[in-house]
Formats: sequence, C-alpha cells, structure tokens
Amino acid sequence: MSRHLQLTENGKLKHFLSIEGLDKALLTEILDTAESFAGISEHQVKKVPLLRGKTIVNLFFENSTRTRTTFELAATRLSADVLNINIATSATSKGESLLDTIRNLEAMHVDMFVVRHALSGAAHFIAQHTAPHISVINAGDGQHAHPTQAMLDMFTIRQHKKHFEGLKVAIVGDILHSRVARSQILALNTLGVSEVRVIAPKTLLPAHVRSMGVIPLHDMDAGLKDVDVIIMLRLQKERMNSAFLPSESEFFRCYGLTEAKLALAKPDAIVMHPGPINRGVEIASSVADGSQSVILQQVSNGIAVRMAVMTMTMGSRGGMQ
Amino acid sequence: MTRFLIENGHIIDPANAIDEFGAVCIADGKIVQVGAPAANFTPDEIIDAKGKIVCPGFIDLSARLREPGHTQKGSIKSETQAALSAGVTSICLPPDTKPCIDTPAVVEYIKDKAEAAGFPKIHGIGALTQRLDGTELSSMFALKQAGCIAVSNARAPLANLLILRRAMEYASSHDLLLMVHANDAALSGKGCAHEGAMASRYGLPGIPAAAESIALAECLELAQLTGCRLHVSQISCKQSVIKLQQAKKYGLNVTADVAIHQLHLTENEVVPFDSHYHVMPPFRSEEDCHYLRDGLANGTIDAICSDHQPHDLDAKLGAFPETEPGIASLETLLPLTLDYAEQHRVDLSKAIANLTQKPAQILGLSAGALTVGFDADICIFDPKLTWEVNAQTWHSLGHNTPFWRQTLIGRVTHTLQGGRLLYKLRNR
Repeated sequence: MSRHLQLTENGKLKHFLSIEGLDKALLTEILDTAESFAGISEHQVKKVPLLRGKTIVNLFFENSTRTRTTFELAATRLSADVLNINIATSATSKGESLLDTIRNLEAMHVDMFVVRHALSGAAHFIAQHTAPHISVINAGDGQHAHPTQAMLDMFTIRQHKKHFEGLKVAIVGDILHSRVARSQILALNTLGVSEVRVIAPKTLLPAHVRSMGVIPLHDMDAGLKDVDVIIMLRLQKERMNSAFLPSESEFFRCYGLTEAKLALAKPDAIVMHPGPINRGVEIASSVADGSQSVILQQVSNGIAVRMAVMTMTMGSRGGMQ
Repeated sequence: MTRFLIENGHIIDPANAIDEFGAVCIADGKIVQVGAPAANFTPDEIIDAKGKIVCPGFIDLSARLREPGHTQKGSIKSETQAALSAGVTSICLPPDTKPCIDTPAVVEYIKDKAEAAGFPKIHGIGALTQRLDGTELSSMFALKQAGCIAVSNARAPLANLLILRRAMEYASSHDLLLMVHANDAALSGKGCAHEGAMASRYGLPGIPAAAESIALAECLELAQLTGCRLHVSQISCKQSVIKLQQAKKYGLNVTADVAIHQLHLTENEVVPFDSHYHVMPPFRSEEDCHYLRDGLANGTIDAICSDHQPHDLDAKLGAFPETEPGIASLETLLPLTLDYAEQHRVDLSKAIANLTQKPAQILGLSAGALTVGFDADICIFDPKLTWEVNAQTWHSLGHNTPFWRQTLIGRVTHTLQGGRLLYKLRNR
C-alpha cells in the first residue's frame, strides 16, 4: 500500500509517508539529492529557486520545534512560501474534522502538506484524501513513522561510514513508542546493514519486534559490543508514570550511554540521537558532547534531507520546471 | 395467511437431523410438514427450490441495528431488510443503543419499531448495569418481563469483579442468560489492533490476546462460583478456545460464539491503516484464527454470529486509531460461513447448525429448526450463486466492510419469517 500510495506510475516519489515499500535505489537517490543540497546552508545566499511560487503548509497537530523549524528552513531555502498552521488555535479545536481542515487548505491552492499528528496513519489518511496535485510529507505520525528523520540519520551514517553494508547498528531506549526507530529499522535494513540490534527492557519493546528484522536485547553491554553505530532514543519521561520503568536512575543505570559503555562499541563508533536529549537519563553529557557524538550534525543534515524530499516529491508533479 | 409449498429443495435441518431432498409445507405461519408434501395440502403459492438449500432461518446472536440513538448509521427498518436478505429471521440486539436497553420503556420502543418494520423477532438484550456504567445493577427482572432474552454490558467495562459476581448471582436468580464480551479494559488500554507483528510494524496501539483470555478466565471462575448461565460473545483467540474447552469438559454451563469475519481474516490480511479492518476484538494471528476454526468444528464454540455494526462514512473517515470499530456483516454471514465450511471440510449441516439450532439452544428459543408446529422461519439459499458486494446488491446502510467489491459465493434467494415471505431475491 505504501509503495502504491507514495510513488507515481513511473516510480517517482509522490508523497513521503513511510520508508516501507521504497527500495534501496530510491533511498540512495534521496541521500544523493540531499548531498547536493548540503552545501547550500554554508553559502552567503542560502537559497535556490527550485520551489519558487510553491506554497508549503506545515500542519503540525503535535508540538515540535526542531522538526518544524528544519522543515520551514528547508522550504525557505528552496524559495517556497511557507505557512505554519497553529493547530492549538485552529478549526480542529472547534470540532472541525481533520478532513475538513485539509479540504479548506486545499481550497487555498497550496502545493504540499508537511504533517505531524499524534495518531499512527494520519499522514496516510491525508495523502489518500488530498487533491492529486498536492504532496504530503510525513513529519511523524503517532508511533508509526518519521521517515525524514530516518533519512537524515542514514545521511549522517553515510557521511561517517561511507557504506551501509557490513555495519552493525544498535538502537537503544524506547523502541515501543518510537516512530523514529520504526523508520530507522526499515531504512537500515533496506540499505543493507548487516545487523540491527534493539536494546531496551521488554516494557519498551514492541511485542513482535523480531518480525521487524532486528535482534532484541535487554543487556546494554552485550548489545553494544562491536557496533559501528549507536542510536540513542529519547525516553519520554511522561511514560515513567505508566509502569513502563521504575525510575530514571534505574533506566540510566541499565540503558544510559556512558563513556564506559561506549567503550564496548568499535573505537570509531558514532553516537546519534534524534533529540531532544535527556542528559543523565538516556545519555551522559560527556558522551553527548564527546568526540564520537554526531548529534548536532544530524540536526544540520535534517535541512538538506528535507530539501531533497521536498524537491523530489514536488518534482514528480512538475514542480521543478 | 398464505399457504406455501417449498418444493424440490435440499432440506437441511440439523436440529431434526434432516438432510434430504423434499418439500416443506407452511400454513397459518407454522411448519406443517417436512419431507414429502402432505397429501391434502393445497398451497396458495409454490416456491421452487430446485438447486437450493432449504434450512431454518438464521438466528443472529449479535447485530447492531443502530436504533435508537444512531440512526445516521442505520435503522431498525434498514438493517432488518439487510437481515432478511441474509436469511436472518431472529436478531439479538445488544444493549448499547442510545438510550441503552436498561428500562422496559426502551424495550417497548424497540418492539414497536420492530413491529412497524415488519420484523417482530428482534430480541433485546438487557443492560447488565444501569446506563451500562458498570457499577449499579439494572432492573433485570423488569427487563426480562418486558421481553429481554438475556443481559449483557456489551463492550462497556464493569467496575470490578465484585460487580460481575453480583450481576451473575442476580441474573441467575431470575434465570437470565448473561452474555459477556471478555475483555480486560486495562490490558486493552487504547489499543486498536492485535498486539502482533502488524501492530508492531505500523506503530498501532496493540491489544494483547491475553486481555480477552484473562477476562474470560475470571468470568469462568465466577460462573462456576455463582452457577450463572454464561454465554461468551465474539471470542477471538487461541487461549480463549482452550479455556472454554476446559470449562466445558468439567461441566460448566457455558457457551460461546465467534463473529464470522474472525474465521476469515487475520492481522496478516489487514490493509495498513484501512479503517474497514478496524474491528473489536481485533483481527488476531493465524494461529488464533486456526484455533477458532477448530474450536467451532469440534463444538467448543457453539455458534457463529454476524456481529453486524453498520457505520456511516464519517465514523470510518480518519486516522485508523480514531475511527470506530466494526463491520457491516449481516449480508456476508452466509457466503463466509459456506466458505469456512468448504475450506475447512466442515459438514454443511454442522455449519448451518451454528447459525440455527445452536443459537436457539443458547437462547432457549423454540426456533432454529423446521419442527412441525414451529413458526415458519425459513431461509432458502443458492449455495453456488456468485455475487459482488456492491451498492446494487447491498441492503444495509453501512457500507463498512472489507469485502466491498469482492465476489462471494452463496446467496439467499427467499426468507420467510412466521410464514410470511419477507424477502425474495430480485431477478431470480
């Protein structure tokens, strides 16, 4: 379904909702396109005219500063006009349905929706019901997917490791609630890494996580042994009260990334985190700010990757002419 | 009243162990002869059932008609038309109407509407607790006197096990069947899909099978304690089948049904984020489905129901977790039952018993059989007729089915209720 919904008849990217259904060649194309945009942010004039005259709506039903800002910057650097819809004061709070909100915005002749929503499948739903000339980018839906985050992570990994083949990657923390982890797992497996490990207590792992093509582990020491990439996930503190974990300190003791634990990985292993980070809960400051951390590079790469996805989806409908 | 002769049909009546070709004679709304036509019987109308199966009308243990309270989704009139086109002649209506069935007045309202719709055999299931709030027992005796055939809290949770115990004790004091949807609300949480590979992959909040089987175990223990007649509605998983099997083995007075679509679809068939696959309980694993089919075949599960839940378009229009669960399933009941019987080599008579004789036994009705003297509730169907599920062939106001636009085999051609021909397939 994802492939059918996301691609045009000639295999071009129409929407970007999930990594599912996209092949290695297409993911590589996204990374290559992002590569071509990576330098633009360092130019004196940080703009290219590729999406001039296009209107992009950031439709965030869930709070996010970092993701929304990078999408906004990406659109601005492509010379598009950007509209940020403040959902807290929007019509949905007056009882308007999601579909009516979309239909009203469509009537204002916009070209793209960047959607963040608290429910899994919301971006799919919007993509299924928008007018054919509109592209939809999923900026995170429930616990389902956050594909641009996954691709900027892949971009960062490629910068440091050159190839995906043969890599061992560990994803640590709240896998159960993480849309980022789900998209990362799909992307890593599609791009051909040799092993994806997920490390967490059972309370924070999906019940059938093995079916996702990963090795589940509950012991951090065993899990980090000889890995090339460590991806730490944000621990959602609000879940501490829901019997998922006994305490922050116990979580940090078992699953927090310290220098001692990092030493179990390969010496050139990189440390990643989609942010925002909880220092002393999932990662020690010395590691977050250490030489193996690429966390801030991930943030910078987010703009290039989102520029790539925006041009590719709009390009499939002649937006780049 | 019209006197009917149904001739040349293949008569299957599991309750009377009839599986033969012959005739059924109907007079004054009753069955007067089965097998060879009575010598002195003069019909007003003859129905030629050549190539068709003639069996008792189906008794559906759970079908929402959406009235009162949700008439944008369906009405007693529209949904009973769907029922008749599906060969269903008796319907158990769960109490979660709006207002819910917790007073005799609501029962009377439903009876009046049923009479007006020309479908008098709607059996209301009384609410177990007032307003279905799970805390205060309803006036079960008054509900029984008003015509309720059983009591249930539908899918609304009870506050605690003590309430369930008291409800069982009180229901059994009045010899009322207690129907239960086994579900531990805390374990189900805000889940919308089976806690399996599909939910894990798509990040959908999961409902573990244990939410059902643990609640079922509690119900069985309390039924044992209280002596309550218990019927477990719409079970969905392996462990429930195993627990029921054990309970029956040790003599507990318990029965169970399964929704027909649970015998056909598993989490593997769910199209990601397609709200037509959003049902409660959710579509489980292949293994669960296998146990359900086996459980039905070996008698652990007694009956098949439609669990019909018509919805309007808006109810299914949204992100998967926020849509309303349920399938409009009356009209797929027969073809899916026939498919189940064929795929799993279940004798057709046995499968028909799951729709007729067994539900009648569970409810204590003099129905579900072609017994002389019984009301002539009869279904005639063509087991080989193929048809497409679409707006032209569909009667329910709810178009919410994952089988939409699919071709199915087996279709009802005539339905008689109380000796009246209330449905005849057009162009046949």
